[in-house]
Amino acid sequence: MRFRDEYRDPEAVQKLVGAIARATTRPWTLMEVCGGQTHAIIRYGIDELLPAGVTLVHGPGCPVCVTPVDHVDKAIEIAGRPDTILCSFGDMLRVPGTNGDLLGAKARGADIRIVYSPLDALVIARANPSREVIFYAVGFETTAPANAMAVYQAKREGLRNFSMLASHVLVPPAMRAILSAPRNRIQAFLAAGHVCTIMGFEEYEPMAAEFHVPIVITGFEPLDILEGVHLAIRQLEEGRAEVENQYRRSVRRLGNEPAQEIMRQVFRVVKRRWRGIGEIAESGLGLAEDYRGFDAEARFGAVVPREEPASECISGLVLCGDRKPTQCPAFGTRCTPDHPLGVTMVSTEGACAAYHRYRGVALAAG
Amino acid sequence: MIRDETFEPACPVPATATDMVQLAHGSGGRAMEQLLDTVFRPAFGNPLLDRRHDGARLVLSGPLAFTTDSYVVQPLFFPGGDIGSLAINGTVNDLAMCGARAQYLSAGFILEEGLAIETLRRVVRSMQHAAAQAGVAIVTGDLKVVDRGKADQLFINTSGMGVVVAREAIEPQRVQAGDAVILSGDIGRHGIAVMATREGLGFESAIATDCAPLTEPVLALIAAGVDVHCLRDLTRGGLASALCEIAETAGLSINLVERDIPVREDVRSACELLGLDPLHVANEGRFVAFVPPGEAPRALEVLRRFAVAEGATVIGEVAPAPAGRVTCRSPIGGTHVVDRLAGDQLPRIC
Repeated sequence: MRFRDEYRDPEAVQKLVGAIARATTRPWTLMEVCGGQTHAIIRYGIDELLPAGVTLVHGPGCPVCVTPVDHVDKAIEIAGRPDTILCSFGDMLRVPGTNGDLLGAKARGADIRIVYSPLDALVIARANPSREVIFYAVGFETTAPANAMAVYQAKREGLRNFSMLASHVLVPPAMRAILSAPRNRIQAFLAAGHVCTIMGFEEYEPMAAEFHVPIVITGFEPLDILEGVHLAIRQLEEGRAEVENQYRRSVRRLGNEPAQEIMRQVFRVVKRRWRGIGEIAESGLGLAEDYRGFDAEARFGAVVPREEPASECISGLVLCGDRKPTQCPAFGTRCTPDHPLGVTMVSTEGACAAYHRYRGVALAAG
Repeated sequence: MIRDETFEPACPVPATATDMVQLAHGSGGRAMEQLLDTVFRPAFGNPLLDRRHDGARLVLSGPLAFTTDSYVVQPLFFPGGDIGSLAINGTVNDLAMCGARAQYLSAGFILEEGLAIETLRRVVRSMQHAAAQAGVAIVTGDLKVVDRGKADQLFINTSGMGVVVAREAIEPQRVQAGDAVILSGDIGRHGIAVMATREGLGFESAIATDCAPLTEPVLALIAAGVDVHCLRDLTRGGLASALCEIAETAGLSINLVERDIPVREDVRSACELLGLDPLHVANEGRFVAFVPPGEAPRALEVLRRFAVAEGATVIGEVAPAPAGRVTCRSPIGGTHVVDRLAGDQLPRIC
């Protein structure tokens, strides 16, 4: 397949692995921000190809994992109301709320539909004018433009039975929070390529300077990730702290400006609590004042802030790169994809799920 | 929706009083008799069924294989197949995996009130066609109608019986360390075909199901004297689930080479797009065979004579330990564990 196989070429991989080994003189700790990158690293065994001392820790870039429990509870509550249809991306259905998940609500009779695009929710709303159709919008900057477009379209059409439960989060504030933590050990970032495809990378430049940390915008294929690691290590070894763009085939400095424009129009930046991490200022997107009529919280009541239930789950530490999934005592025993204690074991982008799926219990621990 | 314009009914079809299934069609009265006479008997007719008795009296000799399966696929029709062809081939293939040739099937139908008779007719014709292709007779059946909303259009159960031709048992317990793992062709087509139709995903070219009867290549393997240790057709859960089950039952390890597992380019693209692993995607016309390593070349040579297995290839081997583990070597050299899917196959969100 074009644009994919050439980024998985074994010979090119070996060359790059050699270049990384030659460039590395000291131990370094890098964080890949996005869950998609984490999965590629674990699936292809990319971390095993790196020189000893180069550690990849996994970041918070799994939107499903960081959606707070009270938002999930709200979605379940809305879905349980008569004459409502809740539309969601499939990943959210297995995320545990305080009492069960959306799949359970569906089994109890709630009309919950998996959609592949927020515009599909509009189609459902048009076809069911006597029912309230709510789109559960979860994701980073990557999914925000399409979700914004759905609301924009609904307003233009005057679609009164459509609304959005917005749980959007933003990546740069989370990276700042990690760098600001007293125990931070991250020396360089592989930033999320798809997020930067939308947003560009200008906003990372002050961060690289302020925290003196190299930030390499990185793609998702094995060669992308290895090249990102190579660029980051070269910067670290040379004492530089710049923003570099490895994912040039997709990312432009200014990003996708029409996409940003629709986001600015429909959304406003709000504070958001991140599951397992806590509240981060200006780290989420809610609906802008002009679109408040389409806010499911305005229509069905605001999310009631709720503490996460006490658990031995350490997903917060995993999401900040403090711990590896295998350092959790519950990993693979009391916590498995079938009986997850935390969302990092549920989501297809969660680090715990990646370790469990591709390394198994014994291999991962060994 | 796909229309099979080329198909000619087996006999002239009298007009029915209604064009929709009604509760009366399942009541055992005249309406049911009429439905049987106009839709089912013309398609399935054979001497055993035509006796119109409560059951079929069969004469079979030798060890028998017996299996059952229910079919609830939605949508009913998808590129390359439908619930009818699935209901025949699925059960025929389960018997083939026991080293048996399917001879007799039963067919039970649960119809939802309001189902278009024309839809039922299309499904039944498709079953007729698939049964003829697989050389199997439907010798007994059942029909029930439930209220609208109590079933999703149409459910089918088929059970099947056939004489086992393999001399040695074909089962996971006979798998041995060193065995070659043969896959009969490319994987993932059925799951993607159904998902694309269900979700209205418009790919550039339609991916058709691989649904097909597997009896001939399997029986040819046995006839050629290949010492087949185990066979398993790949259905829900895909290649990954089938191999995990066998590794666990056999108490052995299976090591795959990703590069050797055939996946068609369009299926790979669809999987990438949807965030699915082709190893977890459903198939309806593929199987794995475990054979001694020395017999693998001959097994491949036999299998490749059949269109349905012309892509047969060795994808890995069995190792003594660790028990129950399936691993896969990635093209860049790393190795990962292959696990069953947890829960349903849900697409990723970004």
